[in-house]
Amino acid sequence: MKLKCLIATALITATAAGQARAELPNVAQPTPDKATLNYGLKATKLAGGWYVIAGANDDFSQANGCNIINTGFYVDDAGVYVINTGTSRLYGEQQRALIDSISKGKPIKQVVALNLHPDYFLGNQAYPKEALAATKVTIQGVKAEAALYETNLYRLCGDWMKATESAFSTQTIVPASLKRFGSKSIEAIELKGHTDSDLVLFDPESRVMWAGGLVFYKRIVTTPHAKLKPWIESLKTLQAMKPKVVVPSHGPVSWGSEAIEQTLDYLNWLDKRLAEAAEMGEEINDVMKKGAPERFRNFAAYPAEFYRNVTNLYPVYEKETLGGF
Amino acid sequence: MKYGCSITRMNSIWGRALCVAVALLAGNFFATPVQAAAAEMGAVKGDLTGGDPLGSMQWPDMKGQFFDANAAMVFDARIKVTVPLFAEDAMNVPVSFDASAIGKVKKIVVLVDRNPIRKVLEFIPEQARPALNFRFKLEQASPIRVAALGQDNVWHVGYAFIEASGGGCTVPGATRADGTWTQTLNKVAGKMFDANQLRDDARLRVQVSHPMDTGLVAGVPAFYIEEMILQDKNKQVLARLYPFEPVSENPLFSFDFDKKPVGPISLVGRDNNGNRIDAKVTQ
Repeated sequence: MKLKCLIATALITATAAGQARAELPNVAQPTPDKATLNYGLKATKLAGGWYVIAGANDDFSQANGCNIINTGFYVDDAGVYVINTGTSRLYGEQQRALIDSISKGKPIKQVVALNLHPDYFLGNQAYPKEALAATKVTIQGVKAEAALYETNLYRLCGDWMKATESAFSTQTIVPASLKRFGSKSIEAIELKGHTDSDLVLFDPESRVMWAGGLVFYKRIVTTPHAKLKPWIESLKTLQAMKPKVVVPSHGPVSWGSEAIEQTLDYLNWLDKRLAEAAEMGEEINDVMKKGAPERFRNFAAYPAEFYRNVTNLYPVYEKETLGGF
Repeated sequence: MKYGCSITRMNSIWGRALCVAVALLAGNFFATPVQAAAAEMGAVKGDLTGGDPLGSMQWPDMKGQFFDANAAMVFDARIKVTVPLFAEDAMNVPVSFDASAIGKVKKIVVLVDRNPIRKVLEFIPEQARPALNFRFKLEQASPIRVAALGQDNVWHVGYAFIEASGGGCTVPGATRADGTWTQTLNKVAGKMFDANQLRDDARLRVQVSHPMDTGLVAGVPAFYIEEMILQDKNKQVLARLYPFEPVSENPLFSFDFDKKPVGPISLVGRDNNGNRIDAKVTQ
């Protein structure tokens, strides 16, 4: 009886996975060439007419051109809507050339940065100023930190960053009133946790979700502006929306809620681990040294990004335990 | 945002490769030092590093600056120095050291070769274990030295190398930048942790509110805590710590004790402007 049950479950699982594969295309990966500073960007069509331009699932490096972000776009009869512009002027230009080749040069209607991190907006120079858009909080954050981003990315990425300067968004997005990309109905919601303003775009018809920085799939999360508890709450909100396809900013495009659940699993673990470590009087070096459980160790950017998580977040937990001033 | 710049301080492949190579030499995370227990600092012909296992040409100069000319010194891998593989936040580089393998220690000095101010702190353990955890500001990638003066009157020098993008000493701290340091100056937060599944000794963690200005930021003179003395309930001295400019803003220290001291522990001290620290840790 038990065995029968197991077999039935296995069959159902296999069928579900089969369906998933059918609806989720193989996403083309970039083929960067450092010698010619060519990111080798490729667009892949998803459900609902969306296109994703995948980045490497990795840490910033000269070899991958520091292109570790998934960007995307939507084309209708009248024009193009772009989500995130990548890590440099060069990325923006090559992204725009790729989009133009698909849209046959249709005008750029709107360019949305989902949060304030540098790989979401440093390609803005390639687009018309009046089309650049972000939430109010993101625009403020970008203005405060842009100079720092530029110098640090120059140091890390070298020539790929040539002539990159921040172009600030001129349109302020009010999420409740962002209801369309041209002919396409969308839902825009502003959550927080990864940053103070994490914009998520959802297509209710195809159930494609542009989850931005809230979701990391098969990659350790980045946490320079993170607050874990609100982040965890935000992921529960995304889960409840029941997406079919989730495009995270970092890591592969994923089916269903799997990527959301994986990010939740990691954040819940990290929150608990740091709280317990602080309660026991553990030192930051020991928390780093002990590392993450096996199931997270094959994620991209482990352990470097995990060390950054601890460096960014552990002092907050220590302060709570010691009582503050 | 205190950690605002961190996302862009990401490690690069070449940086990490260098780090890993260095980690194999020094006492970083995943490496056990491979040197003999105590290597004499001998003069090898043509060696400009004074026998430094990390190959730093600053070392002979530092020896001259911080130790007596006739001081006996050995590099000693028994002094465990733990640092992160990469200094993600150059304003707060965590260091853990433990010199207990050489027995009782009279005094410990922590030095950083390539910081504009090289001396980080002096520590006289008294009743505490000759081990300490703290954070400091790092200006660029550098060796760090923990020199422990043993009962044998020999300085036993432990070491590690820290990879960093730098800038820690010449950037104002968060509370200096936004001016909030005045509201809590010299206040203390702290807690005594009993032996638990992590360790069989007691640990005191204390954090003092202080901007710890290095004097290297334009228009901001050096302003730092220079003395901290821990006492038990009966005013018996448990440990003496003498921090210098490179110690991080709002410094957090962990002291370990083989035997839990009788509380409440008091922390008394002062900064270089004469402001007093006087607090009790009751928890």
